[in-house]
Amino acid sequence: MRPFEFTRAESAADAMRLAGDGATIIAGGTNLLDLMKLEVMAPQALVDINRLDLGDIDEAEGGGLRIGALVRNSDLAADRRVRDAYPMLAEALLAGASGQLRNKATTGGNLLQRTRCYYYYDTAMPCNKREPGSGCQAIGGITRLHALFGASEHCIATHPSDMAVALRALDARVEIQSQDGVTRMLPLGDFYRLPGDTPHIETVLVPGDLITAVLLPAPAGARQTYRKVRDRASYAFALVSVAGVLDVEDGRIVRPALAFGGVGHMPWRNPEVEALLEGEAPSVDLFAEAAARLVAEAEPQGGNAFKIPLLRRTLQAVLRELTEA
Amino acid sequence: MTVHIRMDDRVEADRLEDMAQGVVGKPLDRPDGARKASGTAAYAMDSLPDGACFGVLARATIAAGRLEGVDAAAVEALPGVRAVIVDERMLRNPAQGMAGKAPVQDPHEIAYFGQPVALVVAESFEQARHGAIALVLRLEARAGAVVGPDDAGVEIETPEKKQQSSGDLDAAMREAVFGVDQTYTTPVHASAAMEPHASIAQWDEDRLTLRGSYQMLRFNRAELADALGIDEKNVRILAPFVGGGFGSKLGIAPEAVAAAIAAQRLGVPVAVPMSRQQVFEGVMRRSETTQRIRLAAGADGRLTGIGHEALVSNLPGEKFSEPVTQATPFLYRGENRVIGHRIARVNRTCAGSVRAPGEAVGVTMLEIAMDELAAAAGIDPVELRLRNIPDEDPTQQIPFSSHKLAEALRSGADRFGWDRRRTEPGQVRDGEWLVGMGMASAVRVNMLVEAKARVSLSSDGHALVETDMTDIGTGTYAILTQIAAEMLGLPMDRVETRLGDTDLPPGSGSGGSFGAASNGTAVFMACEEIRRMICERFGCEAHDLTLKDGRAIAGNRSVPLAEILGGEDLVAEGHAEPGDAEDKVRQATYGSYFAEVGVNAVTGETRVRRMLGVFAAGRILNAKTARSQCLGGMTFGIGMALTEEIFHDPRDGHIVNRDFAEYHLPVNADVPQIDVVLLEERDAWANPLQAKGIGELGICGAAAAVVNAIHNATGVRVRDLPATLDKVLEGLERQGG
Repeated sequence: MRPFEFTRAESAADAMRLAGDGATIIAGGTNLLDLMKLEVMAPQALVDINRLDLGDIDEAEGGGLRIGALVRNSDLAADRRVRDAYPMLAEALLAGASGQLRNKATTGGNLLQRTRCYYYYDTAMPCNKREPGSGCQAIGGITRLHALFGASEHCIATHPSDMAVALRALDARVEIQSQDGVTRMLPLGDFYRLPGDTPHIETVLVPGDLITAVLLPAPAGARQTYRKVRDRASYAFALVSVAGVLDVEDGRIVRPALAFGGVGHMPWRNPEVEALLEGEAPSVDLFAEAAARLVAEAEPQGGNAFKIPLLRRTLQAVLRELTEA
Repeated sequence: MTVHIRMDDRVEADRLEDMAQGVVGKPLDRPDGARKASGTAAYAMDSLPDGACFGVLARATIAAGRLEGVDAAAVEALPGVRAVIVDERMLRNPAQGMAGKAPVQDPHEIAYFGQPVALVVAESFEQARHGAIALVLRLEARAGAVVGPDDAGVEIETPEKKQQSSGDLDAAMREAVFGVDQTYTTPVHASAAMEPHASIAQWDEDRLTLRGSYQMLRFNRAELADALGIDEKNVRILAPFVGGGFGSKLGIAPEAVAAAIAAQRLGVPVAVPMSRQQVFEGVMRRSETTQRIRLAAGADGRLTGIGHEALVSNLPGEKFSEPVTQATPFLYRGENRVIGHRIARVNRTCAGSVRAPGEAVGVTMLEIAMDELAAAAGIDPVELRLRNIPDEDPTQQIPFSSHKLAEALRSGADRFGWDRRRTEPGQVRDGEWLVGMGMASAVRVNMLVEAKARVSLSSDGHALVETDMTDIGTGTYAILTQIAAEMLGLPMDRVETRLGDTDLPPGSGSGGSFGAASNGTAVFMACEEIRRMICERFGCEAHDLTLKDGRAIAGNRSVPLAEILGGEDLVAEGHAEPGDAEDKVRQATYGSYFAEVGVNAVTGETRVRRMLGVFAAGRILNAKTARSQCLGGMTFGIGMALTEEIFHDPRDGHIVNRDFAEYHLPVNADVPQIDVVLLEERDAWANPLQAKGIGELGICGAAAAVVNAIHNATGVRVRDLPATLDKVLEGLERQGG
């Protein structure tokens, strides 16, 4: 760990000013501190935002919830309103990490956790995400964890969050304050970036931006589930996960929203798959067609080819579960 | 006074049976338990002397080549850094178990990616770690490094004395009514002990004291002294508590030698802890194995032939090679046999002992092959094994010392409800889950290793047991205390056991499941001598003496021990050695495993639902710590079956998953209700305690029960461990399921 300066921000303005000057924001620190010990990340300054007033969950106008950026994962998963209206989000949170980590990890920090790519974690390895321009050693290496969708020749990493997958299916938006006083609201699909040739830039945040909240719209559907498939029963990142929400009206699927974890540089969504399901009567054939459509554009790396049948099968099972009476 | 026993023959009397205190065998708590649970037991890094500096090892980042130099000045200029050390006495690899001399030294030659090459010493741990990461190495990579056993140009050794053959296996295979000829693989495993390696070195003139986390102190002391080029009389190693070892701490490792060198150079104590990543790549791995197994059987399932040929790997020059086939020569009948053993020389982290070297992977795969034979022959897997238990060691043609495999199989089947297993795979469904049962035999060779222990009975009726033996979580403190308390007729709280200090009489060390029997025998012998001295003073014959609750009883006399001792202390040393008994009889421990699993029909995920192990290991010295060992072994088995696998990068051989996030040990949610049954047994050939080792028996085939249950649940046969969901899924897809 390299020596660094540490400041506790007393206000959002403080935090944004320091972050604008190059400090890295720390909240729960459950990922950042590990990475600093390994010198995968080596910020010269940290600004601690834990004293900011961002720790509440409030009901938003017109339904929905406004989740403060500092709401701990454990508290979010246990919130009665979340459990009642967004059970899939609580499931996703509880499928991640461990009790101790969830007690510390925050909503904003969870969105920004870094990939678990083995090569990113080893400073002896070339990695464009850690050291732009050094190359991607994961390609041609051990690729069990890696992406099927949206990868580039510069990076094939996946985003490890469970929470973010659920949020993407729920059409959540990230509330971002910038130093010039502007507040932006971005859906997750616009918040995250694909790796392209700049895999070290993972979101649209610029220095001085502060995530202040995540906004959940009123729930789109009552039928929700989050299914995570992994190498052991607990404390492992998703090989594949599926967040699904929909309703069935008059025997037909309406407003389906599906997001996928463990397969892309960001929580993945495919509008074609949702369009294919919209308004259709649930059937085994329909689900098979949707799953086939989803994996049609998958680009496996070798070690992760198994994720294609796994994703196909898991999606079909999730659709069966969501449409069963 | 030292009393000696060499195990040349069976012991005549079961002396512990004659004792009156009634503590041996009881499921007693560990005397050290409260200290561990309250955080007051001092592990290696818990005894930092004042003024200690910290050292962190730097790693080579090439698979093979030379270290031409390091850019020391830049790192020495960093805040707090006291020295950058590259010394030809530093270790390239740890010592193998019971080496007793220095392993390969001099980090200038690089044989694997991740090899420790330099030590950065600083005033704080964080400064040292930063220095070690910042240190620029001038490396000269050697072309043609071979990083995998299947790589082009790999050198394969076929050591002549490790090949065995009798009869004609090829003919037996041709004539067999039922046969299996399959190739199985197991991946590289990590020991993954809870406490990472760490050493604190401190010099007083020319005397070195090292606080470390080691299993076999008398060997470690000799290895450390030899590495440093000093007399071992000038080395003291302390390891009173060791947070697990599983073989990774058998031999002295790089951090100990580096700490000693640095402490000497700087004239201050130096602590060198290793990170989890460093332990994974810089200590020991269990070799991957490729095993061709051939089974030939008649119509009744009786084996006529067994072939077991293994390919393992290690660094060039390393003597250890995973003894995959260790139990194959005597587990089952069959007159036509081939045992093969080949070693691929690879530039990968040193391969060494990991819990139950040999049987852990060898018996497991043999037991999967037996399940395949059972399926092919249409014979119940338990019955198939019962039919193939030999009357004597079929290879050496010597008797078994004791043999409870049949009882373990029958008792296990009965307790588990094996008769509810459906023979045809894929018949039981619970929602999305396919449910099946599997079983396997357990077997592990039994060993005795030279050990000494001193027992002192003080005039006030307290006893002290002393040996440099370690307790690596196994229960040594408990069982040595119990043996002395039993033999001397004292309540447990009047016996103290001191371990883990090379100033004490040399014990066997912890390894190979031999610790309890070997050191327990040394304690037993010392106590027998003290009993003899008591008889002299008391004026009675040995067989008339009863010691109980601090009193000596003979005939109608009952006198407090203190009165007999009359202010004098009685001290005796016991010395146990293996002897000809090893050649006269085949000594082994046996058992059976039963597992029920659910396999998700959508995803291929496997969850173990319940598991049973039935074991026989001679006299059980403490029913609680013995059971704990078996639970831990079976948990290892679940990991081996389902999740554990070290990935080596195919290009440079580096260990890719070097932490607990990505090397998947079973977590609590992976481990269901496990039941352990310990069968009543005595083995008079083993030692006077009639106890055998149980520390490793829980893993010697356990994974096979799980993998066989996956087959019973799904019809998918996984021959390459671990049975991760992708492998099961491939089978399910092939079935069209």
